[in-house]
Amino acid sequence: MQTIGSDTVEPLIPTRMGDGSLVEMTRSEIKADLEEGTQFAATKGKVSPLAEDELDHLLDIFASAARFTGVDIGDEVVLTKDGTGSPQLGSRLDALFVAEQSFGHDSCELWHVDYSYRAVKTVLPMEQQAMKEAQERMVIPVHYGAQPDLGRYSRPDGPCDNWSELLPMMKIDEARAAQEEAIEMAVEDMVFVAEGMWEAGADGINFDTAGAAGDGDFLATLKAVELLRKRNPEMGIMVGMAGEMVLGTHGQLEYDGKRLAGMKPLDQMRSVQKAGATIFGPAINVNTSKSTAWNTARAITFVKPCMPEAKIPVHMNVGMGVGGVPMHAFAPVDAITRCSKAVVDILKLDGL
Amino acid sequence: MDIAHSCASGMNGLRAAGDLVVRMQMSQGMRIKEAKAFVADRLGVSTLMLSDPLTMHELRGEKRLGRVFESETTYFRDPSPIEAKVHIADLLGIPVNAATKLKAGLGL
Repeated sequence: MQTIGSDTVEPLIPTRMGDGSLVEMTRSEIKADLEEGTQFAATKGKVSPLAEDELDHLLDIFASAARFTGVDIGDEVVLTKDGTGSPQLGSRLDALFVAEQSFGHDSCELWHVDYSYRAVKTVLPMEQQAMKEAQERMVIPVHYGAQPDLGRYSRPDGPCDNWSELLPMMKIDEARAAQEEAIEMAVEDMVFVAEGMWEAGADGINFDTAGAAGDGDFLATLKAVELLRKRNPEMGIMVGMAGEMVLGTHGQLEYDGKRLAGMKPLDQMRSVQKAGATIFGPAINVNTSKSTAWNTARAITFVKPCMPEAKIPVHMNVGMGVGGVPMHAFAPVDAITRCSKAVVDILKLDGL
Repeated sequence: MDIAHSCASGMNGLRAAGDLVVRMQMSQGMRIKEAKAFVADRLGVSTLMLSDPLTMHELRGEKRLGRVFESETTYFRDPSPIEAKVHIADLLGIPVNAATKLKAGLGL
């Protein structure tokens, strides 16, 4: 507290909004945001809010004026990645090599700029050659990743009727049928590409932003994982989600007897685990008009129920606009490292 | 983004033993505590040492697991990346895809 004349004034602490913009807040304001963020998630997700000691710890992290923070020595976790490197210099493989040798990445991911399994299918031999070369050059695990991207199967990009056009016309049955048709095609493409990359030496396959196009997108991913696990018992498979709730663009799809529409992180994890993945990545979206403290408390609250029940590692998504990290392509390190420490400390995650 | 997370929370990858721990997670589905304990046991160090670049740099050299290098600190006698992965597979007792394929190609 500072005293100005007869008034006692709380000092201002530089912090960030969900869009990454720099703002100043008092410790009390940050505390209020943490409490509001956890309550918001508890209500929406029908889960318990964070405990008092957890909120106190988050307050210490977010009310610090330090430019950079990190977990305690010994508490480090491993990092997996969706799409490693953006090669300002050299090739994609050079970017992976820099990530290994200079950035200290625990693993990396070879990726195609058209980050969709359907798109990659058309250039698979070239991607396999790139994976072969990556394996000859890298010691750390090199995964291959892309998005299930169910929307790509609808017209005009794909062969199926466009359910996003059918739904506003109240053609519900037609929209559902189009998604069901697309699901089977997506499963076939994902399995084809994943097995191709496995044959080329990949250390694992990443299905990134599962559920981005709704419950059909998520079901296609689960079916692909199930098939891959059955046919390739040694394959590492990671499923990263698109958001905290699966959208019901179909509405009636189920996996293992559970409705996928509206599914929250705990049930998402149960489904991914049941399908046979080896890593689950929950994604909690950021509200850009709220503070980083608010968003991080909200994200942690959503993911917390996964932790005691998980039988496979949980790698929370903490990239651009998820897990509390600001929605900006070049998010500031003060915000990133606060989120990084906060989610690892509170959730005892297996990785990021 | 990547560098910030790596410095704030990561296990330092090839600079330490992060790549070995993540292999146990991705290929075996082991959770972090179990994976760290497993790798530490195989290396004969404490779990605290797994993220320590100094300890692990020397140990990786001794066990031929591959390591980082730079212009004034070169290791031309170190194994190639695929050879390092063969040693990693043997150390951890897990299949490493590229190493398995190399062995098969050599008829081993």
